[in-house]
Amino acid sequence: MLQYLVRRLALMVPVAFLVSLVVFSLVHLTPVDPATLILGEEHSPQAIAALRHELRLDRPLPEQYITWVTNALHGDLGRSVRTNQPVVQAITERLPATLELGIAALAWSILLAIPLGTIAALKRGSPIDVLATGFTVAGVSVPNFFIGILLILVLSVNFRLFPPGGYTSLADSIPDNLHRLVLPAITLGTVTTAINTRFTRSSMLEVLRQDYIRTARAKGASWRQVIVGHALKNALIPVVTVVGIQIGQILEGALVTETIFSWPGVGKLAIDSIFGRDYPIIQGIVLTLAFSFMLANLAVDLAYAWLNPRISYA
Amino acid sequence: MSTVYGAALPDEVAETPITERMSVRRLLATYPRVAVASGLLLLLVLVTLFAPWIALHDPNATDPSNSLLSPSIPHPLGTDELGRDLFARVIWGSRVSLPIAFVAVAVGLLVGGSIGLAAGFRGKLTDLFLMRLIDAILAFPALILAIAIVAVLGPGLRNAMIAIGIVQVPVYARLMRAQVLTLKELDFVAAARALGASPTRLIVHHFLPNLLNPLIVQISLSAAAAMLAEATLSFLGLGAQPPTADWGFMMNTGARFLNNDPWLALGPGIAISLAVFGFNWLGDALRDALDPRLRG
Repeated sequence: MLQYLVRRLALMVPVAFLVSLVVFSLVHLTPVDPATLILGEEHSPQAIAALRHELRLDRPLPEQYITWVTNALHGDLGRSVRTNQPVVQAITERLPATLELGIAALAWSILLAIPLGTIAALKRGSPIDVLATGFTVAGVSVPNFFIGILLILVLSVNFRLFPPGGYTSLADSIPDNLHRLVLPAITLGTVTTAINTRFTRSSMLEVLRQDYIRTARAKGASWRQVIVGHALKNALIPVVTVVGIQIGQILEGALVTETIFSWPGVGKLAIDSIFGRDYPIIQGIVLTLAFSFMLANLAVDLAYAWLNPRISYA
Repeated sequence: MSTVYGAALPDEVAETPITERMSVRRLLATYPRVAVASGLLLLLVLVTLFAPWIALHDPNATDPSNSLLSPSIPHPLGTDELGRDLFARVIWGSRVSLPIAFVAVAVGLLVGGSIGLAAGFRGKLTDLFLMRLIDAILAFPALILAIAIVAVLGPGLRNAMIAIGIVQVPVYARLMRAQVLTLKELDFVAAARALGASPTRLIVHHFLPNLLNPLIVQISLSAAAAMLAEATLSFLGLGAQPPTADWGFMMNTGARFLNNDPWLALGPGIAISLAVFGFNWLGDALRDALDPRLRG
């Protein structure tokens, strides 16, 4: 296992290098000079030159890259060109809101998908199976911004059960925070619920065909014991991988969901920064999200190897 | 473990390439899901082709005196804040989403497919280098990479199309590589090689025909993903710009009028969902139909 971890970390090095290169290149791929783009063409050439100097855009590219990577490794991703706030601070301030939303979305997704997928598999061909299967395709087809809009329309505008947006921190009021969390979490978690339901169902169907299930039944174990004690435990192993991969989908979805519900997380910061042409913030967010995604994938692989001792990574 | 369609399969299963062929007629007759999904998409294509005849109004003609009208016979989906006929805009919206999805998928298929083919066929250093490049693209959540690319190139449909095409590249590269690696080891390829077949002949006559089935499935699923990505970018204001009749952008506007005029968001939302559903459903049904291992 340790050997596998070391090998995976070693493989991550060239990928991390390429990722840093891509993120660094983002600013330099702009069709016009980034400093002009940030300030606008109405600014004087002196102001633009000063910003170019401040952002080190007047240095040779390799030097700029080395300085940027060195600073990034020391936790310095530069400053926002709009607010002058350090990029790391801007991201960390908004990270708790995004984490809360992401965890809530994944939690409701797993809590709904595992029972639904299991029941669908146990009652294969029944109306509930047809409904669950339909939901798995529909859930990945309806854009999450449409789900958000529908939820706002029905539950906020018509029934006035939940606020249509906004955020209260957990420190200020836990009930208000949770009340405002419901709609964004459902919006963000619908796609992952659909995928998890599908995987639980197919994985459960596969496990139910295995000999050890028949043996357990033949030895007199009740269906409940067989399902909970044997089938579900094994059926959930591939689901763990899928849930891990969904961290990427949650990060993507957060951009849209936070924008719809005015949720002050990293996603909303990213979109606001794009419109504000705040390239250091955009670079910082893309780099943070890419590395979070890489580490999440590594964690998933390790969890998979740990959960399933039959898999050898030698 | 090996990878087919991005899902992990046991080695003994992945060793068998998906080679079974059947005529389109038999496919549609045997698998009603394929027929229904194809019908839905055919309808979408017809709407796209005949948009000027189906939509009776000019999608961009403003009429402030008739703004925000409820659905009625002359305006089946009502009018927007500028008095434009929403039904006409939804119908014309297919002319934006569908071509963008196809171009983005074509970019992904051509670039990603070539990378995967080269990596799988040449192996060794070529494979190592190309696959690390693909890993680097895969290190980014797809939509975040697309948004970052659009942020750099500037909002607009053309740039959105480029961004969506780039994020499709790894899917095809990995699919193509996995299939080529499997095919390379099979007896009929070894026989062709022993008979002196050139690399071009091997690729054109032996690899590509056997890659067709998984590619068709992936193209359908990718088209759905591309349409969703385009709609999302436009919803965020990074794709289509006014006055283009685009489903995502129309929803962006509609979201501002939810309290009193919800139809502004509902029409385009249902249109996107149906189109994406059609492609996803077709991809799913084709996967079941064309892959002999998945048949019940």
